[in-house]
Amino acid sequence: MKRNAVPLVAILAAAALIGLLVYGVASRGENRTLDDAVSKGQRPAAPDRPLPVLGGAGQRSLANYRGKPVVLNFWASWCTPCRQEAPLLESAQKRLAAKGGTVLGVTFRDASPDSQAFVRKFKLTYPSLRDVSGQLAKAYGTRALPETFVLDGQGRVTAINRGPVSKDFLDTALTQVGV
Amino acid sequence: MARRALIALLAALALLAPATAFAAPARTTLPDVEDEVMCVLCGTALNVADSAQADRERAFIEAEIAKGKTKAQVKQALVAEYGPQVLGTPEGGGFDWAAWVVPSLVVLALIGGLIFLVPRWRRRSGTMDSAAPTLATPALSAAEARRLEEDIARYDR
Repeated sequence: MKRNAVPLVAILAAAALIGLLVYGVASRGENRTLDDAVSKGQRPAAPDRPLPVLGGAGQRSLANYRGKPVVLNFWASWCTPCRQEAPLLESAQKRLAAKGGTVLGVTFRDASPDSQAFVRKFKLTYPSLRDVSGQLAKAYGTRALPETFVLDGQGRVTAINRGPVSKDFLDTALTQVGV
Repeated sequence: MARRALIALLAALALLAPATAFAAPARTTLPDVEDEVMCVLCGTALNVADSAQADRERAFIEAEIAKGKTKAQVKQALVAEYGPQVLGTPEGGGFDWAAWVVPSLVVLALIGGLIFLVPRWRRRSGTMDSAAPTLATPALSAAEARRLEEDIARYDR
């Protein structure tokens, strides 16, 4: 009886490890909740949390911009496509500012001196927040930069672009939110 | 004379002890830090990472060291800039607990296995030791002993 117990315990332990591995892989899958909702024509509430302001004091969150359209853009100074889209986002900022809205940058895994150098280099006038813990990016299902989310005045996601934005995407998405 | 020297030595040690205890930790070095942190983009330890981001992180560490910060302070500054993932330790939520629990369970299983198996092995080897002389050295008869002596003497020549 004892002799049979050892292989049985070994098999159970191996099965438990395999089960854990499967659970781990499944639980680390992409978070597509927002994409699925937007693709169905819904406007899901935009995840929010207060974050420190890049190059400034205090914290700010999306709640500070409630009532205004916001283009939320996750970026980092090390991200090459972020350099391509920076001028497009800056021109979108001019359009949004005229209607009381804003582009709101969120830096991800980036040291603030590097982020600030990027802001100066591309003469960005819109504010950016620092997602140091990566929790906001996680809530948006962000896995690669850049990613852009267009929010209406009620803080709901109306359009998503995972990858560098195009002028067409911004024109269409801004028109949808009345800009 | 010897007693005085001993008293002086003890007094000197008593004076030095608190100073040693509260002395500031030694300044750290880049190699000392970079093998304990991650390149946040490459997903590898910084000391083996080869990318522009890794170089930025190294420059950041060197700048912090130049400010006279200790290893713990440099790591703290890295977390403040790059987030807790720069330390490469599980964050504690969801599946991450497995990174702590599984190795602990494996160690416990190994210890349990040893506790269970070692006494068995010792019993078995004890049995073999007591049985070994009778199996390994059968007694020689007088004729065999004589032949053996003759053979050895022949080889010695």
